[in-house]
Amino acid sequence: MGKQLLLEHINTPGIDTLNVYRANGGYAALEKALKMKPEELVEEVKKSGLRGRGGAGFPTGMKWSFLAKPEGVPRHLVCNADESEPGTFKDRFLMQNKPHLLIEGMIVSSFALGAEVSYIYIRGELLYVFHILQRAIDEAYAAGLLGKNILGSGYSLDLHVHCGAGAYICGEETALIESLEGKRGNPRIKPPFPAISGVWNRPTVVNNVETIAAVVPIVNMGGDEYAKIGIGKSTGTKLISACGHINKPGVYEIDLGIPVEEFIYSEQYCGGIKNGKKLKAVVAGGSSVPILPADLILTTAKGEPRLMTYESMADGGFATGTMLGSGGFIVMDETASIVKNLWNFTRFYHHESCGQCSPCREGTGWMEKVLHRVLSGHGKPDDVDLLWDIQSKIDGKTICPLGDAASWPVASAIRHFRSEFEEYIKNPASIKDVKHYYTTNNLQPTA
Amino acid sequence: MPKVTIDGHEIEVPKGTTILQAARMIGQHVAPPAMCYYSKLKTSGGYCRTCIVKVTKGSAQNPNPMPKPVASCRTEVMDGMEVVNFTSPDVLEARKGVVEFLLINHPLDCPVCDQAGECHLQDLGYEHGASKTRYDFERREFEKIDIGDKIQLHMTRCILCYRCVKTADQVTDGRVHGVLNRGDVAEISTYIQNSIDNDFSGNVIDVCPVGALTDKTFRFKSRVWFTKPVDAHRNCTNEKCSGNVRLWYKGEDVLRVTARKDQWGEVEEWICNSCRFDHKKTSDWVIDGPTQVDRHSVIGQNHYELQKLKLDTGKQLKQLQEKK
Ligand SMILES: Cc1cc2nc3c(=O)[nH]c(=O)nc-3n(C[C@H](O)[C@H](O)[C@H](O)COP(=O)(O)O)c2cc1C
Ligand code: SF4
Ligand code: SF4
Ligand code: FES
Repeated sequence: MGKQLLLEHINTPGIDTLNVYRANGGYAALEKALKMKPEELVEEVKKSGLRGRGGAGFPTGMKWSFLAKPEGVPRHLVCNADESEPGTFKDRFLMQNKPHLLIEGMIVSSFALGAEVSYIYIRGELLYVFHILQRAIDEAYAAGLLGKNILGSGYSLDLHVHCGAGAYICGEETALIESLEGKRGNPRIKPPFPAISGVWNRPTVVNNVETIAAVVPIVNMGGDEYAKIGIGKSTGTKLISACGHINKPGVYEIDLGIPVEEFIYSEQYCGGIKNGKKLKAVVAGGSSVPILPADLILTTAKGEPRLMTYESMADGGFATGTMLGSGGFIVMDETASIVKNLWNFTRFYHHESCGQCSPCREGTGWMEKVLHRVLSGHGKPDDVDLLWDIQSKIDGKTICPLGDAASWPVASAIRHFRSEFEEYIKNPASIKDVKHYYTTNNLQPTA
Repeated sequence: MPKVTIDGHEIEVPKGTTILQAARMIGQHVAPPAMCYYSKLKTSGGYCRTCIVKVTKGSAQNPNPMPKPVASCRTEVMDGMEVVNFTSPDVLEARKGVVEFLLINHPLDCPVCDQAGECHLQDLGYEHGASKTRYDFERREFEKIDIGDKIQLHMTRCILCYRCVKTADQVTDGRVHGVLNRGDVAEISTYIQNSIDNDFSGNVIDVCPVGALTDKTFRFKSRVWFTKPVDAHRNCTNEKCSGNVRLWYKGEDVLRVTARKDQWGEVEEWICNSCRFDHKKTSDWVIDGPTQVDRHSVIGQNHYELQKLKLDTGKQLKQLQEKK
C-alpha cells in the first residue's frame, strides 16, 4: 500500500466531525499556512509538482501563478465537485468521509490565492454530500476556522457550497462558472480564461476536489518532500476509483508510478479479475479516455510495463496509449461487450451535451443512434466507417472538450476492437443481450 | 497594426480584428461562411462552427500552428498570423462535416418554407455541403408556436445560432425568450409561450438565418424570388428606429417590410415593429430606388440556380506555390 496522504484515518469513526478530524492532526496545515506568506504557499505547491486531478493534469502551481491580480478586484477560488464522469467516484468518497480535509484545503488555498469568498460547486445528485459539507462548514465557522479573522490571523474567508442541478457539462470549468452565476450551464468561449475573467468576470481559479485536498499534505510535509513520491512529472499520490469486473472495487490511493499490472492484480488494490476470468480491456481514466485492450494497458507498444503516471499512460499517443484522466478505472473481462459499453457511454454524452455547438449537439445523438442500430441487430455494412467519420468530424471542432470526450471512446473502440463491431453487423445472433442496461437503469430504449 | 495572411492574401487590420472580419475585408473569395456570427450583435459567434479555419502560423513571435481548427469569428488575428480557409482540403472537409451536422435534423421542407430563397442554410448546403445525406433516422420535430400575433417560431428548423436571443438581449428592452433544455432537444422558446411584446421584436425575424422565425403577416403570400425589393425610408417617430427599410413588392402591393441587409446578409440598421408590420402602403414611404441585388442571389436572377463558388482547391494551391 502506498502512502495514505488523503485517505489517512478514513475508517476512523467520526472522522467527518471537526473534533475527531482535529484530534488526528486536522487543520495543522492551516495553522502552519497562516504563518506563511501567500507567495510562499504558491511556491510550495509549485515545488510539489502537483497536477490537476480533475482530468487534464495541468500543473496546479502554474495555474495559481497565472491568476490575475488587478488592484481592488476580488478574486475567487472555486472547487469543482461536479464529479460526473462515468467511472469516477473518488471526490464523492473523499467529501463524504473527510469533508474537513476539503474545507481545510479550501481555506489554505484561498489564503494562498488571496480569495476572500470561495465556492464549492457540487453536482445536484450528491445532495446528501452537500449536507455533509454544509454541516462541516458550519462546524468550522463555529470554531473560528472560517469567517472573520481566522485563528486570529487577520485573514477572513467565506466559504459557500453551491448545489448544481445535475449536469455533467457543469463540470467544465466555464460552464460551472456560468451555472454558479445562476445562468444556463453553457461553456464559455475561451479566451478569456478564468484566471483573467471567471466568476462575475473576476479572476478565478477552478480546481478539482482532490487537487485542493492534496494541498493539505503538501503544506504539512513541504513541497519537496511531496515531490519525492512518484516518477518524473507525476508526483505525489492519486486517488483511483476502480470498478468493473474486479474482485475489490473501490477507491484507492496509490503512489503515482506503480505498474498498472500491480494495480489490477495485487491484493492491496483491485485483487485481480473476478471469477478467474481473463482481462479484456480497461478504460483507465474515466469514460472519456481511449479504451485499451489488455495487452496495451499492461505494456506499452515499446514493450515496457505501463505505469500509473500521466506520461506512461499517454505513451504511444492515441494510437496505442490513453490518459490517466480523472482516475476512473473501469475494468472489463472477456465477457464484456465493447460495443455495448460504448453505446452506453455515447448515450451519456448525447444526453449531457449542452447543445451550443453543432458538431457535438448533432453528432453525439447520431453516433448513439448508429450504435443502437448495430446493437439491435440492424447494423449496416458501412456503419463502422460512418461512426469513425462522425467522431472525426466532432473531435477538435467544438467549443469545449465534451465533444472530444464523446469522440475518443468511439475512435478507440473502433481502433482496437473493430472486428467486434463487424461481427455484430454480419452476425446479429452474436450480439450479447442489450436489455441489461435498460433494466438496471430503468431507462427507456431510445430510437 | 497586425498583418495577417489568409489563403495567401495579406492584409493589415486594426488590433482586435477577428480572422473572419479580416477575411471579409479581403473579400468574398476568402471569407468563411458564418451562420451564427453577426457583426451587429455583441458576443455572437462561436456556436455553429461553419467558419472554422486552420491557423498554420500563430504569429511572428510564436510561429507554431494552432493545434485545432479555430472559429474564425471568435479568434483575433496576431501580427504575422497565417490562416488557410478555402485553400485547405482539411478545412473544407471539416466544414462539410459541420454542414452535415446542421442538416441531419433540419426538415427539408424548403418547398413550403417562407425562408427559401434567402435561407443561409440553403446557400451553405449548396456551396459547402455534400449532395446526399447519410442520416437515415427520424428527424427531430417540435410543434410550431406563435410568439405574439406577428411572429411564428418553427423550432424544427432552428439551428440554435443564438442570434435571436442576442438580438432580444441587445436590441429590445426586455428579453422574454431564450434557450430551454439541453443538447439536441434544446429549443428556443418563451416561458409558457409568452408573446414577445416589444417595439423591436420583429428584428429577430431578420437575424434568423433559417425559416425558424418568420413574419406571420407575410406567411405563404409569395416565394421571395417572385417579389421585388425596393429600398425606402420614412421619418419614424421611434427614435431608436432607423426608418430605413426594404419593401418587397409583388405588382403594386407591398407584401412585407424588412430591414436592409448588407452583402453578408446582415441587417444594416434595426427597424421598429411599426415600420415592419403596420406600414405596408407605398404612400407610407419615400422610395430610394431598387435594391442592388447581388448577381449570385436567387432574388436577382429570378430563378433557382446559385452560381457555385469556385473552390478549386488544387488550382488555388498551385497558384499560391507559384507565387512564393
Ligand atoms: C465536460 C467536462 C466535464 C468535466 N467535469 C469535471 C468534474 O466533474 N470535476 C473536475 O474536477 N473537473 C472536471 N472537468 C475539468 C475542468 O474543466 C477543469 O479542468 C478542472 O476542474 C480543473 O481542475 P484541476 O486543475 O484541479 O484538475 C471537466 C471538463 C469537461 C470538459
Ligand atoms: S462541445 Fe458539446 S458540451 Fe461543449 S459547448 Fe459544444 S455542445 Fe456544449
Ligand atoms: S430561431 Fe433562428 S435566430 Fe433563433 S436560434 Fe434558431 S435559427 Fe437562430
Ligand atoms: S460563424 Fe463562427 S462559429 Fe458560427
